[in-house]
Amino acid sequence: MKSSRRRFLKLAGIAALGLGSRPVVDAAYAAVGGQAAPEPKVGRQPEALTAKQWAMVIDTRRFESAADMEPLIEACHSIHNVPHFENKRHEIKWIWETEYKHAFPGKENDFLPWEVKERPYLVLCNHCENPPCVRACPTKATFKNENGIVVMDFHRCIGCRFCMAACPFGSRSFNFRDPRPFVAETNKKFPTRMKGVVEKCNFCAERLAEGKMPACVEASDGALVFGDLYDPQSKVRQVLNDNYTIRRKQELGTSPAVYYIV
Amino acid sequence: MLEFAVKGSKRYWGLVLALAAIAGVGVLTWLYQLSFGLGITGMSRDVSWGFYIAQFTFLVGVAAGGVMVVLPYYLHDYKAFGRITILGEFLAIAAVVMCLLFILVDLGQPMRMLNVLFYPTPNSVLFWDMIVLNGYLFLNVVIGWNVLQAERHGTHYPMWVKPLIYVSIPWAVSIHTVTAYLYCGLPGRHFWLTAILAPRFLASAFAAGPALLILLCMVIRKFTKFDPGWEQIQSLAKIVTYAIILNVFFFLCEVFVAFYSNIPYHMDSITYLFAGLHGYDAYVPWMWTSIIMMVLGIILLVPPVTRRNPMTLAAACLLVFFGAWIDKGMGMIAGGFTPNPLHEISEYIPTAPEVMIALGVWAAGFLVLTVLFKIAVSIKEEVRA
Ligand code: SF4
Ligand code: SF4
Ligand code: SF4
Repeated sequence: MKSSRRRFLKLAGIAALGLGSRPVVDAAYAAVGGQAAPEPKVGRQPEALTAKQWAMVIDTRRFESAADMEPLIEACHSIHNVPHFENKRHEIKWIWETEYKHAFPGKENDFLPWEVKERPYLVLCNHCENPPCVRACPTKATFKNENGIVVMDFHRCIGCRFCMAACPFGSRSFNFRDPRPFVAETNKKFPTRMKGVVEKCNFCAERLAEGKMPACVEASDGALVFGDLYDPQSKVRQVLNDNYTIRRKQELGTSPAVYYIV
Repeated sequence: MLEFAVKGSKRYWGLVLALAAIAGVGVLTWLYQLSFGLGITGMSRDVSWGFYIAQFTFLVGVAAGGVMVVLPYYLHDYKAFGRITILGEFLAIAAVVMCLLFILVDLGQPMRMLNVLFYPTPNSVLFWDMIVLNGYLFLNVVIGWNVLQAERHGTHYPMWVKPLIYVSIPWAVSIHTVTAYLYCGLPGRHFWLTAILAPRFLASAFAAGPALLILLCMVIRKFTKFDPGWEQIQSLAKIVTYAIILNVFFFLCEVFVAFYSNIPYHMDSITYLFAGLHGYDAYVPWMWTSIIMMVLGIILLVPPVTRRNPMTLAAACLLVFFGAWIDKGMGMIAGGFTPNPLHEISEYIPTAPEVMIALGVWAAGFLVLTVLFKIAVSIKEEVRA
């Protein structure tokens, strides 16, 4: 049952949903006080967006302050049922803002232009083309789907956190306690998680499957560009062609698929 | 032979009950952790492995260290160790049991543990670690049991055990090598990203394991009618001496590379552990204590006078064991995670429940050890009588 659900997930390209074994999953959700997912559409939808490797370009010049990023972060965290914890140790985040020196350690420079150094930077999972987290996972609960997205099967994850040690970008969070009471408003179209599993940005695989762009991209008013890295006609490639971009810790060879125009 | 486990003096039962009680409190605390989640520990998004995995790493070393009595006896025909190989093997069993328990208590979803078998993933080092650890446990149980039974009946152990013994020797090296590979193959964790990690782990293993064995032999000498032998203890002491010197040497090599090259990310974790970084310095006193203990241990072990004196030898073994424990059981994991990949610092301090669970696992392991040693010693006494 598990493996057929998994194959289905891969086929539909909507990993996080866990719909293949719906009755079981529903029962499990009900049992632990969560909500059941709505009636799923089975199989790949004709409107689904596909790519060889989805990629993102972030135009950091478009963000002047943390307030500019708030709507994007909020969009992601609310539709994905990301809980909010006061205790910093239990923190879970899929996309967040940080300083230049934290986003690009090793690329600091005392004499950078003031606005480059002071501007906030968005960081999220890079959906690396050569992801060390996938290499490390002992159960294939973290895997690369056929669109190049590094997705997670929350129902398979054993919570060993090897992937967190392996990720050189700090992109992953662990559910140190039951997250459900800490989700302000549950989005019933996306599963909530249980304690003891890891989670992270999934490049909105569930939205792409319905033909929609990622939520943060949609909320960014063009500051974030999303597309197929290996389609020369894609918007991402145009932007990469026209701008000098950098990536986080490129030297580690993980080949991040999130690019930054600085 | 199990009957020896239930026939014992008051002192034996007192020890068994005390250990069982501590283990029981550990189990209760673990149940609390199961219901709340790993949030009861000091771990965080930034330091996502802590005390449990550190104990695990240290104990893999103790388990591997057991081979230091098996190897000289079977490969070099060093007859004196024949008397104590069983102690080395039983120590390895208890240590591996603790390792497996530490992995168990560290999992976020332990009920799904078998997913590692249902979806075998050869590209994950954790998958291999599971294989080598369970394999090593199996080998030591089969070998230890058969050899001991043969000794009791005054016969030779079955011939099929011999190849298993030979396999167990490189296997012991493999458990600690694979455990080091869990860490040293991860990009971006500069403290671990070093080819010398596996050799360093082995060196500290071959120091801490035999040091503990010497202490255990001394206890057995004192409290039972079986004498593991002074010559045996002295040979083990020489092994501890070389191994702890190598361990300190490997560490100094790390320090040289990091600070002469002056590459920030190689220096940061070491600076954090030994001097503090950006005002965070909880580990500084511990790490210096560790270094001082190991160096004092060397000073006591190298001169034959102090090595041959039971009192100073015992002190040296304690210093080496606890020095290596701080080095690996505390600094190695927290240090590797600090600073985090974004170069921020979240200081990790284990919580009381976390330490209680860890104590419970240690007690469970020493319970296994006590019972196994009791069986072994009773049989040795019986054979001698
Ligand atoms: S950023 Fe981290 S979590 Fe995301 S794919 Fe790369 S290694 Fe994996
Ligand atoms: S925590 Fe889950 S996703 Fe991460 S390595 Fe372990 S099983 Fe895989
Ligand atoms: S791509 Fe989707 S999941 Fe990832 S940060 Fe943006 S909104 Fe969140």
